[in-house]
Amino acid sequence: MTTKLMGEAVQRVEDDRLVRGGGQYVDDIDLDALHIAVLRSPHAHARIISIDVDPVLDIEGVHAVWTYDDLEGAMAEPLPLLIPHPTLTHGRTQYALARDEVNYVGEAIAMVVADDRYLAEDAVAQIAVEYELLPAVVGVEAARAAENLVHDDVPGNIAARSEQSNGDAEAAIKAAPHTLSLDLDIERSACMPMEGRGVTARWDTANGRLQVWTSTQTSTGVRAAVAAKLGLDLLQVDVITPDVGGGFGVKINHPWPEELLVSLAAQRLGRPVKFTEDRREHFISSAHERAQLHHVDVGFDDEGRLLGLDVRFWHDHGAYTPYGLIVPINASTQLVGPYKTGPYRVTFDSLYTNTVIVTPYRGAGRPQGCFVMERTMDAIAAYLGKDRADVREVNLIQPDEFPYDHGLVFQDGRETIYDSGDFPTMLQKIKALVGWDDFESYRAEMAAQGRRVGIGLAAYVEGTGAGPYEGAHVNIESSGKVKVATGLTSQGQGHQTAFAQIVADELGVPFEDVEITTGDTRRMAYAVGTFASRAAVMSGSAIHLAAKKAKEKALRIASDALEADPEDLQIVDGVVSVKGSPGTSINLGTVAVLSNPLRYAFDEASKAATQFSVGDATKPPVAEGDEPGLEGKDFYSPTRSTFASGMHAVIVETDPDTAEITILKYAVVHDCGTVINPMIVEGQIHGGVAQGIGGALYEKMAYDESGQLLNASFMDFLMPYVTEVPDAIDVDHLETPSPLNPLGIKGAGEAGVIPGSAAIAAAIEDAEGLPITAMPISPSELFELRAQHAVAATTPEEN
Amino acid sequence: MAENTAAGTAERTHDVRLEVNGVTHEVTVPARRLLSDALRHECGLTGTHVGCEHGVCGACTVLVDGRPVRSCLMFAVTAQGSEITTVEGLAEPDGSLNPVQQAFRECHGLQCGFCTPGFLTTVTAGIKENPCPTHEEAREMVAGNLCRCTGYQNIVKAVERAAEIARGDTPSAPAPDGDDGGLEAATGETEVARDDDASTTGLGA
Repeated sequence: MTTKLMGEAVQRVEDDRLVRGGGQYVDDIDLDALHIAVLRSPHAHARIISIDVDPVLDIEGVHAVWTYDDLEGAMAEPLPLLIPHPTLTHGRTQYALARDEVNYVGEAIAMVVADDRYLAEDAVAQIAVEYELLPAVVGVEAARAAENLVHDDVPGNIAARSEQSNGDAEAAIKAAPHTLSLDLDIERSACMPMEGRGVTARWDTANGRLQVWTSTQTSTGVRAAVAAKLGLDLLQVDVITPDVGGGFGVKINHPWPEELLVSLAAQRLGRPVKFTEDRREHFISSAHERAQLHHVDVGFDDEGRLLGLDVRFWHDHGAYTPYGLIVPINASTQLVGPYKTGPYRVTFDSLYTNTVIVTPYRGAGRPQGCFVMERTMDAIAAYLGKDRADVREVNLIQPDEFPYDHGLVFQDGRETIYDSGDFPTMLQKIKALVGWDDFESYRAEMAAQGRRVGIGLAAYVEGTGAGPYEGAHVNIESSGKVKVATGLTSQGQGHQTAFAQIVADELGVPFEDVEITTGDTRRMAYAVGTFASRAAVMSGSAIHLAAKKAKEKALRIASDALEADPEDLQIVDGVVSVKGSPGTSINLGTVAVLSNPLRYAFDEASKAATQFSVGDATKPPVAEGDEPGLEGKDFYSPTRSTFASGMHAVIVETDPDTAEITILKYAVVHDCGTVINPMIVEGQIHGGVAQGIGGALYEKMAYDESGQLLNASFMDFLMPYVTEVPDAIDVDHLETPSPLNPLGIKGAGEAGVIPGSAAIAAAIEDAEGLPITAMPISPSELFELRAQHAVAATTPEEN
Repeated sequence: MAENTAAGTAERTHDVRLEVNGVTHEVTVPARRLLSDALRHECGLTGTHVGCEHGVCGACTVLVDGRPVRSCLMFAVTAQGSEITTVEGLAEPDGSLNPVQQAFRECHGLQCGFCTPGFLTTVTAGIKENPCPTHEEAREMVAGNLCRCTGYQNIVKAVERAAEIARGDTPSAPAPDGDDGGLEAATGETEVARDDDASTTGLGA
C-alpha cells in the first residue's frame, strides 16, 4: 500500500482518542493535585498599599497563601521580556505577583493553594487589599494623549517608536499625480481557545526533579523559564505539553505567572499543584490583540499604481510588553501584501494602556496591515472610478520577479524577501470563484427585490515558518515501528497525522507504524515553538531530514546484510529489498536489531537477525563515527521565512432597515506551497475564516473608561456560533512550492483569518456606498454611519 | 448551599449516587459541586470538558435521561436518580464508535477536540430525536455549541453524515486503519455520493 501520502486527505490519527473522550488535556491529568486560585486586581491602575492574608491562614484545606513578599531571588524579579528589540526602549513586564502597583484589571496579586479550586476561590475572597487608585489609561487615543501615564517612568506611554523605509516615501507621494489620506481603525479581540490556560506540576523529592504539564505553544520555552526562575538546572525540569484545547497565539507567551507559581508551589509543598484558568480569568488575565489606529498617505498614478506609501500607526500594547514588538512589526512589514508599493515608510508607536497585555493572536498584526493596505486599494479605486480588482492587478508583484525584496526587516530580524508566489493567477482565480465579473447583474437582480448587496476583495502575503530552527528525532524500533519526536507543540492542527505522512513517504513504512510525539522536552529538548504558521514548515522539514538520515543508515546496514549495493535497495511497506528481486529482503525492524550490536536477543526481530551478518570482524562493533541504533536526528534552520499568500472575496447583504449584515458568499484562494494534507489545510482555513468573520462583525473587547472589561464572558463577547458563519466557504488552492525548504512547504495555520476584516469592510462599503474605516462593525454602528452619512449628504460643503 | 462561613470549618458534604454510562458512582460532594466537576474529578470521567462555566459554550454537555444538559449549570446533588451519559459512554457496546463519533472523525469535524464531547453528546441526542435532519436542521442542531477551531463547516457535514450512518442509508466511509475491509466494494458509492467534498473522504489510498 505504499502510495505517496503527501498531498492526500489522510484521516487524522488523533481523532479516535478525542471522540471517545480519551484526550488528556492538562486539567485531565490526575495527580491528586492541590489547586491554586489567584487574587486578581479589580482595578485597572492602582498602587497596592497593603495586603492582609491573615483571614486565609487558618481556613481548613488551605495550604499556602503567597503575595509578592513570599517570592525570592529570580522569582521576585519581573517576568522576562522574551523578545527584546532595539526600538523597544521602554519595555516593561509584570511580576509573577504584583509588587506595589497593578496596571490592568486581572493582574495577579496573590495566590492561594488549597485542597480544591472551590476552597481556593473562597480563600482568595477573604484576602483584603488596600489600594490607592490611579487614573486609568484606556484606548490608543488616551495613551497617545498621555495626560496620564501607565508607567511613571515611561514618557508619553511610548514603549517603542519604530520606523522603517525602503525609499523616500514622502518625496514620492509629493511628486505623485494623485494622493489620498485615510484614517483606519481596528479594535481589540482575542484568541479565545475553548480551553484556557492551565498548568500542573509535580516535584519528585527523591530525584530532585520537576515535571510540568502545561497548555502551552512552547514546552522548551517554559522549561527554560521555569528552570531560570526556580534556580534549577535545565536537566532537572521536564515540560510536557499534553493535548491542548486550542491556542491561536495566546499560549506562545510564557512564562505566565501561574506556570511559575504552580511549579514553585509544587516544589515548596512537595505535592502536585495545578492551575486551571476559568473563562473570566482568560478574558482578563491572558492576552488580547489587534487594536491599532492608522494614518495612511498614498501617492498613485492614473492607473492606480502605487508611487509612494507612508503609514503611521499607533499600537495598543496593553499594560506590559513581554512578547516584544512582534505584532506591530508584523503589521508594519506585512502591510505591503502582494504589491509593489513604491517607496514605503512605516512608523509606529507601541503604546501602554491599563488593559490586558497584547501578544500575538492568529495573524499577529497581519490582519491590521492587510486591512490598511486593502482599504487603501479600495480608496484608490473609488477615487479613480476604477474596478477594485484592476487597481490591485496593476500593483501585483509578477511571477518572474521572485525572489522579491521589499527592503524591509521582518519580525525574525531577516529580510522581507518573498520566495515564491503567483499573484496574478490568484487574482484571476478569486474573481472566478466569487463571480466578480458577474456581480453587477446579481446586484441589479437583488436590488429589484429590494435587497442590498455588496462585494469585496482582499489579498495578503504572510511570512510563515520563521526560524531559528526545529529538530526531529526518528527512531526505528526492532518491531519496525517508527517513533518520531519533534519539540514544538500541537493545539489541534493534526501534526500527528501530517508529520506521519511525511515520515511514511520518506521511509517507506506503513503510515500506521509511525507515531509522532510533540512538545515533550524528554523526547526533544531543542525546539522553539508553535507560532508564525511554522510547524509544518519547520518541524515538517526537520522530520523529513531526520527520516532521510534514518533511511540512509537503514540502507547502509541492509546493503551489508543483503550483500547488495545501497543504490539497488528500496524500502516498501517497512521491508528493505533488492529492486527487481523482492525475495532478497530484510524487515526494517531486523535492520534495527543489526544496528545495535547487543549480546542479548529478546524478540522475533532479534531471532530473524541471526541469519544476517553485518560489520567487519576486524573492526569495532560500533564503527568509528557511527552510533548504535537505527535512528536519525536532524535540524532544519532556514535563512529566512517563506511567504504564503491568499485572496479572499466576500458578498454581503445589508438590511436596508435594520442594518443587519449577512454574509452570502465567502471565497478563498490559498497558496501554502506544497500541501501535506488538504483536509487539514481546509480545516485550518475554515477556522481562520470564522475567526476573521468574528473579528469583522462581532468580537470586540468592550472596556469602559475606568479599564473594566464589560464583556468578559461568552455571554457578552460574541464569538461566532454556526449561525454566524456562512453555510459554505468556497476554497480554491494554488501551489507555488517554497524554494527554501526540502518539501516546498509554506505555513497555513493563520492565513484564513488575515483578510477577513479587509474583505468584509470592502463588501459593506460596496453595498452601502459609504466609507468603512473602522472594524469590527455592528449593525447599530452601521445604522449610525448611515445616519451620519445622510446628514453629511444633505449639508454639503459645510464641513 | 454550603458556605465557607468561618475559618476552620469544614464544608458540609452530601452523599450522592451518580449513574453514569451505566456505572454507579457513590460520591461525597458539597452541595455546590457542579455536575461537570463531579464527573471530571470525582468520577474520573475527564472527557466532559469545561469551557466557560456559564452555560454558553456547550463543551460540558452531557445527556441526562437522554436529553442534552450543560453539566456546568447543574449541581451534582441534583443529578441523583438520573441516568447520565458522557462522551465516554457514547461508543457502541462492542467498543466501536457510535455514528456521531464516526462521522466527526470521517468529516474532520474536530481539530483541538476540546469542544468535541459537547457536540457529540448534543448530536447523539439530536439525531435520535430527528433522524432525518434537513441541512438547516443540521445547522440548528449544533447552534448552541461553540467551536473556535473548525469554523463549523465540517461539523455540519458530520451531523448530516452521522444521521446517514445512523439510518443505515450509506455504508461507512473507508477507515484509515484499513478495518471495515468488507465494505470496500461499497466505498466507491460513498465517494461518488460525496463528490462535492472529496477532502473528507479519508485516506486516499
